[in-house]
Amino acid sequence: MNDQTLTPEERAASLKGMGSSRKRVEDVRFTQGKGNYVDDIKLDGMLFGDFVRSPYAHARVKSVNKEAALALPGVIAVLTAEDLSPLGLHWMPTLAGDKQMVLADGKVLFQGQEVAYVVAEDRYIAADAVELVEVDYEELPVLTDPFEALKSDVVLREDLEGQTEGAHGPRKHHNHIFTWEQGDKEATEAILAEADVVAEEMVYYHRTHPCPLETCGCVASMDKVTGKLTLYGTFQAPHAIRTVVSLISGIAEHNIRVISPDIGGGFGNKVGAYAGYVCSVVASIVTGQPVKWVEDRMENLMSTAFARDYWMQGKIAATKDGKITGLWCHTTADHGGFDACADPTKFPAGFMNICTGSYDIPTAYLAVDGVYTNKAPGGVAYRCSFRVTEAAYFIERMIEVLAIKLNMDAAELRRINFIKADQFPYQSALGWEYDSGDYHTAWDKALKAVDYEGLRAEQSQRIEDFKAGKTRKLLGIGLTHFTEIVGAGPVKNCDILGLGMFDSCEIRIHPTGSAIARLGTISQGQGHATTFAQIIASEIGLPADDITLEEGDTDTAPYGLGTYGSRSTPVAGAATAMAARKIRAKAQMIAAYLLEVHDNDVEWDVDRFAVKGAPERFKTMKEIAFAAYNQAIPGLEPGLEAVSYYDPPNMTYPFGAYICVMEIDVDTGEWDVRQFYALDDCGTRINPMIIEGQVHGGVTEALAIAMGQEIAYDEMGNVKTATLMDFFIPTAWETPNYTTDHTVTPSPHHPIGAKGVGESPNVGGVPAFSNAVHDAFRPFGLVQSHMPHDHWRIWKIANGLGMHG
Amino acid sequence: MIPAGFEYHRPGDIASAIGILQEYGDEARVIAGGHSLIPMMKLRMAEMGHLVDLQAINELKGVNVGADTVTLGAMVTQHELITHDGLGSAIPLIREAALQIADPQVRYAGTIGGNVANGDPGNDMPGLMQCLNATFELSGPDGTRSVAAREFYEAAYFTAREDEEILTRITIPVPGAGVGQAYEKQKRKIGDYATAAAAVMLGNGQASVAMTNLADTPVWSESASAALADGDVDGCVAAMLDAIDPVADNRGPVEFKKHVAAVMLRRAIARAQSRAS
Repeated sequence: MNDQTLTPEERAASLKGMGSSRKRVEDVRFTQGKGNYVDDIKLDGMLFGDFVRSPYAHARVKSVNKEAALALPGVIAVLTAEDLSPLGLHWMPTLAGDKQMVLADGKVLFQGQEVAYVVAEDRYIAADAVELVEVDYEELPVLTDPFEALKSDVVLREDLEGQTEGAHGPRKHHNHIFTWEQGDKEATEAILAEADVVAEEMVYYHRTHPCPLETCGCVASMDKVTGKLTLYGTFQAPHAIRTVVSLISGIAEHNIRVISPDIGGGFGNKVGAYAGYVCSVVASIVTGQPVKWVEDRMENLMSTAFARDYWMQGKIAATKDGKITGLWCHTTADHGGFDACADPTKFPAGFMNICTGSYDIPTAYLAVDGVYTNKAPGGVAYRCSFRVTEAAYFIERMIEVLAIKLNMDAAELRRINFIKADQFPYQSALGWEYDSGDYHTAWDKALKAVDYEGLRAEQSQRIEDFKAGKTRKLLGIGLTHFTEIVGAGPVKNCDILGLGMFDSCEIRIHPTGSAIARLGTISQGQGHATTFAQIIASEIGLPADDITLEEGDTDTAPYGLGTYGSRSTPVAGAATAMAARKIRAKAQMIAAYLLEVHDNDVEWDVDRFAVKGAPERFKTMKEIAFAAYNQAIPGLEPGLEAVSYYDPPNMTYPFGAYICVMEIDVDTGEWDVRQFYALDDCGTRINPMIIEGQVHGGVTEALAIAMGQEIAYDEMGNVKTATLMDFFIPTAWETPNYTTDHTVTPSPHHPIGAKGVGESPNVGGVPAFSNAVHDAFRPFGLVQSHMPHDHWRIWKIANGLGMHG
Repeated sequence: MIPAGFEYHRPGDIASAIGILQEYGDEARVIAGGHSLIPMMKLRMAEMGHLVDLQAINELKGVNVGADTVTLGAMVTQHELITHDGLGSAIPLIREAALQIADPQVRYAGTIGGNVANGDPGNDMPGLMQCLNATFELSGPDGTRSVAAREFYEAAYFTAREDEEILTRITIPVPGAGVGQAYEKQKRKIGDYATAAAAVMLGNGQASVAMTNLADTPVWSESASAALADGDVDGCVAAMLDAIDPVADNRGPVEFKKHVAAVMLRRAIARAQSRAS
């Protein structure tokens, strides 16, 4: 054999397995414009759907007149709640245990809500017909403030009137959804009462939106001959969508095929089920023709799932030398008109109880009150595990606020409160078991990398220069040490609509030694086809280049809960490794047979099984694959395939240390990120280049959120930021350079030790940017100021501190 | 984001274009680069039966740099303003401002004529043209007339141009040697309109200052310009703050905009001064 001359290291490298910065195989088609997205799908006789949407945030819908629209040539149908009601489809269940109107049933609860669905021969006629549908509204009082909503006599959800019990326990008010409590309230309050120092602050994480490059859409195609429904769509969880469609439509699940083609970013926006999907399915069933619906940018920003909008009142207690003794948090969560959060069923506020962060806080209490308002529903995990960004922002602001109160350096305050490496696995006061971590090592590495002492010295000089009138620019040093909780999750406590949050992988090895693997997840840009092939390559010794990955077709892929919450690598990545190990186990038996030795007399060596003590006698995986298909091996079935459904024993807990250095012009509020250092520990690193790309993308989204991006409403409930003129998406010009770094603390319970990384940069980035703004003004007396830190809000800080003379 | 239906016209000369405008009256609109009009059409905030595309009219193209005046055809793109050699040395202010408009893709299509004729107070070129004391040439059924940029703007989207007229040409006096020029613009991001922007010319005992997006029209202030000509920077800023009338929007409240207007103006003055000889 030629490769006898290669060392094991050389053979391993040729596989491009784990640890290789293998180029993304997806990019060949994307960079040539050859991707296949939902809007690229064209079927014979395809019709187009478009929505009539409410211009009002709260109004009674007195009548809908379709006549003029129906009279327009090319218009096939106009659906209203009245038409869907006989099918029971005018409302649909939400992922959060609430229900949501598909089309306005007597009233509307947010601007942009779907009122009627027009079906026409082309999208131009559909758009014209939307203008011709006459809707008679009677305006109602609008509630955009969750605190006001909890006091108001105005009943938003008349359908729930009299219901004092919600999906997550008692409702305290007609606009109240749930109260969720974790930790020990009494013990925490006792510690607060006796503490040397208590810092208290309201930390608001404003409403924003995932705003993926591709908006949401679908093509529904009902074949009336076979009775089979094919639904193409921008689904982050195609299998769950199939089950949901079956449950709400009554179509048997085997007659539904859901296909997620290429997806242009999801970031949580594409997890839920939307009115457009339901109406398109109904329209296809009624007309017998395929129906396409694709929302435009304004519809995406106004009506499909938003993120954040958490008002987090915090109290943090410490000894006078800075040891944290307790944490208290009460969150008022603005959910909009319907509770359509995408969270595991038992977690109505997601994993907000990771809010003790990276710190050894012995006692803590968290309560979250969900509230209805006249805003769009959602509350999805925008590039984060469920509510983990909110939790990380909360604790990283509270640490800074405590540092001010203690007059301590915020880096040192973190260091003395970190959970120590020897405390893992660590039981947090709010109920999680952190699997692994080494925070001190990461922190020291980060501070050294940026020359933290030098930066503080420079900042001191800058403050002097500012006071002396030599400069109008301040320097902010934004620190963050975050701990995520990702990889939902163990079936014992994680499900969505009753579906356990396991995931899956099926691998088939072909006779010539190449392979196909199918997973229950779906890439939206994460590079699954690249990285999961690398896991298999390392596990079974076939080159990653010879392994095809497929996801997103429910007729071919094994069942899984999809891609969001950084769960693909922790859960489906584990399933991939476990399926590969099943193949290797069978391959061992085949190799032993071929080498005429006992199974236990061969050992694995990168890409082959060799006889123990006689490495020159071996069978490569490629040879074994062929043997599996051409030899009758006693006691073994032909073929070489395996499937694994992986139920993770625990979540994974990626962490990181981020430092942002920012220049701020006090006269204009303009900012400039001079330096951004991101150290991530995501356990075992599968593809360092993809990790770096994920960090760059995620930190850029974090920059957007912290520095300007928001979904803002006026007092009438009008969305003020529904176009990309006002909704901040950074261009290359606004995007800083990033320095990435890492430590590696493998997850002890994950088959390959990986933890997930796609969302870490958003979780850690937002507090790093926000803390930099706060840090710049800290010497002048700033304690807390709400995001987004756009020019005028930064200017307002400076103005409030008397910096404008 | 789909516009209502319309008829598309592409005349080959100015007379034909005017003929179409006469035939359809306020049913017709001309389109140059389309970067203001097309978004409004997609939002269905602008609906017209007839769209008259000016891109095939050669008379509307070309940059002519003379000793005393510069003439710009209405269909000259922002990109051409940036890359034209002679223009950059004759009136560097134009290139400096054009580089701060939107992004390269927009500048390849966006035109000077569309920018000044649309009457959007967010556009940069109207204030700049007022600062430079440009003259707009309008062609209509009754022939051609000239209107000073400083007299052209009446209110947001309302200008001295009649419905059946087309803005065809812009004439700009070349500032004397030694005149310093500067355009200072604060914006939230690339592609955004100005939070506040200032155009300043200064030198040879004369001065001219105009500001953008701080009222429903561009603001050129005679008293602010006079104060600056006298070397009174504080007086200039005070007069300008008196002249502007910003409204609150997503860029910030009125007090912020006024503050930033003063900062931009002072910075533009300082830079223009440093460039004057």
